[in-house]
Amino acid sequence: MEQYVGKTIYNGIAIGRIWFYEKNQQQVKRVKTDNPKAEIARYEKAKEIAIAQLNDLHNKAVTDVGEANAMIFEVHAMMLEDADYNDSVYNIIQTESVNAEYAVATTGDNFSVMFAQMDDDYFKARSADVKDISERVIAALAGEDTRIGDVNESVIVVAEDLAPSETVQMDKSKLLGFVTRLGSSNSHTAILARTMNIPALIGVDIDNSWNGKTAIIDGRKGLLFIEPDEVTLAAYEAEKKKDDDAKKLLKKLKGLPDVTKDGKEIKLYANIGSVADVANVLGNDAAGIGLFRSEFLYLEKNSYPTEEEQFAVYKTVAQNMAGKKVVIRTMDIGADKQVDYFNLDKEENPAMGYRAIRICLDRVDIFKTQLRAIYRASAFGNIAIMFPMIISVTEVIRIKEICEEIKTELKSNGIAYGDVELGVMIETPAAVMIAEELASQVDFFSIGTNDLTQYTLAIDRQNSKLDSFYDSHHPAVLRMIKQVVDSGHSAGIWVGICGELGADTSLTENFIKMGVDELSVSPSFVLPIRKIIRNVKYA
Amino acid sequence: MKEFSYIIKDEIGIHARPAGLLAKEANRFSSKITIEANGKTADATRLMAVMGLGIKAGAEVVIKAEGDDEAEAIAKLQEFMEANL
Repeated sequence: MEQYVGKTIYNGIAIGRIWFYEKNQQQVKRVKTDNPKAEIARYEKAKEIAIAQLNDLHNKAVTDVGEANAMIFEVHAMMLEDADYNDSVYNIIQTESVNAEYAVATTGDNFSVMFAQMDDDYFKARSADVKDISERVIAALAGEDTRIGDVNESVIVVAEDLAPSETVQMDKSKLLGFVTRLGSSNSHTAILARTMNIPALIGVDIDNSWNGKTAIIDGRKGLLFIEPDEVTLAAYEAEKKKDDDAKKLLKKLKGLPDVTKDGKEIKLYANIGSVADVANVLGNDAAGIGLFRSEFLYLEKNSYPTEEEQFAVYKTVAQNMAGKKVVIRTMDIGADKQVDYFNLDKEENPAMGYRAIRICLDRVDIFKTQLRAIYRASAFGNIAIMFPMIISVTEVIRIKEICEEIKTELKSNGIAYGDVELGVMIETPAAVMIAEELASQVDFFSIGTNDLTQYTLAIDRQNSKLDSFYDSHHPAVLRMIKQVVDSGHSAGIWVGICGELGADTSLTENFIKMGVDELSVSPSFVLPIRKIIRNVKYA
Repeated sequence: MKEFSYIIKDEIGIHARPAGLLAKEANRFSSKITIEANGKTADATRLMAVMGLGIKAGAEVVIKAEGDDEAEAIAKLQEFMEANL
């Protein structure tokens, strides 16, 4: 087994035999002619064929990769009609009395060099486009089709470089992935690979002796394995199967509403712990973010994150979600999440100790910094705030007073903020018991099943000795959930679940029948849960 | 001769496709139409030349038209720039 490193274009996995693609080297010879007019006519004819091919490619690409990505072929056709390009070809044929092939190759090289010398990556990458169109015309002059050779089985294509036209022309059902030595992640070929979901690596030190060998592309780590051993192969096959299943599900379910058979709409949101997770949320088609754990802002720093730092993060997430709901949970520091600069005392029983909202209400300055950042970001999207570890109505009243103070401050400073829903997490048995009173104070509930289970069953989840006593479907917890939903609904507010149980597919139907309005799960669970929602009845 | 200046908002700048569309648009008029940026001038009907100017986001360009239909050309090109770039 040999292992190579490359730059990832699309982070999937491909396993298959290598097909080493070598372009027909169009050795263009300079041939003197005594009839330049005839050469110009040949050029015109070849250009017409090339433009017709590009129009066909454009149509094929619109279907395969969408209008936006297909535009490159429209642009190629425009380039072929460019006056400077054509003038250069005519000029070379006439002044040097040479064949059309040579004139096109020289013109292509000149323009390609012009782009390659530009200092912007985008324009640099256009040099490949000029080469591509020139090669197409030269092939048409020779009466050849530039279509990449037909292959009988699905293959990983390995090549020096691939032009966008070559990428699109390949039979997609037979293209497992591609590996090239050249190319940039900015090139149209790279963009097309991403759109077509084809695992691809560039910048790999390729070798034509690989032809016919089995290989694995690991687009996540940017690795290429040639003739992988059995263990590696088995591991990647399992990994790929998982990917494929997820993809299949995605294809079937993406874009479909989260509605039960009898028409109840469920808010199916995702949980995130950093800005980087937003891509996963959107990729898995969640309708919003139901739990944005803001702790990472504190955990990854050596001192308190400033209002500006926090604002930038919340704003980015709100903007990326483009109007979809983003529920930010205020910091849940303490217990198992310790941060040095908070200088928290060592506790005998940290899960029941000085943590989360208790720190916030005690050290209001820290709390206010976070709230100001969130309120400011709310002008840029659809933000809601929820507060963890609530046990009393007094706490909620105090929190709402602080929120009002923040809003008054912002208003007097002329700083914009949006409408922000306020909710509480229901994760203590106390909160369950007083859910009715809490419901009259807030806009929504989100049930944190991990802590609720731990507190209800008095089982420390960190202690593996207790695993045999632990029942995640304990009726006490399920009844509590039902009670919370009913209390919430009688006050007219929505109730969701954001803990691990929310992603437990064996309970999804149960939750829907209980009347749960929202489920917030890890991004990868969104589609499996959507599948269930769409197949069950609420009533 | 008529002219207007415009600041490029498109984040890639005048990239391939808008340069192609600009060439098409400019070709509809009999006036000679040029685009100036970074101290260089290109014929707006020539896609490669316009791309060769390497105009990026935030750059100021000046578009000039000279000929019989210069007033109309400038009005239409102004609309074009605002819609596409």
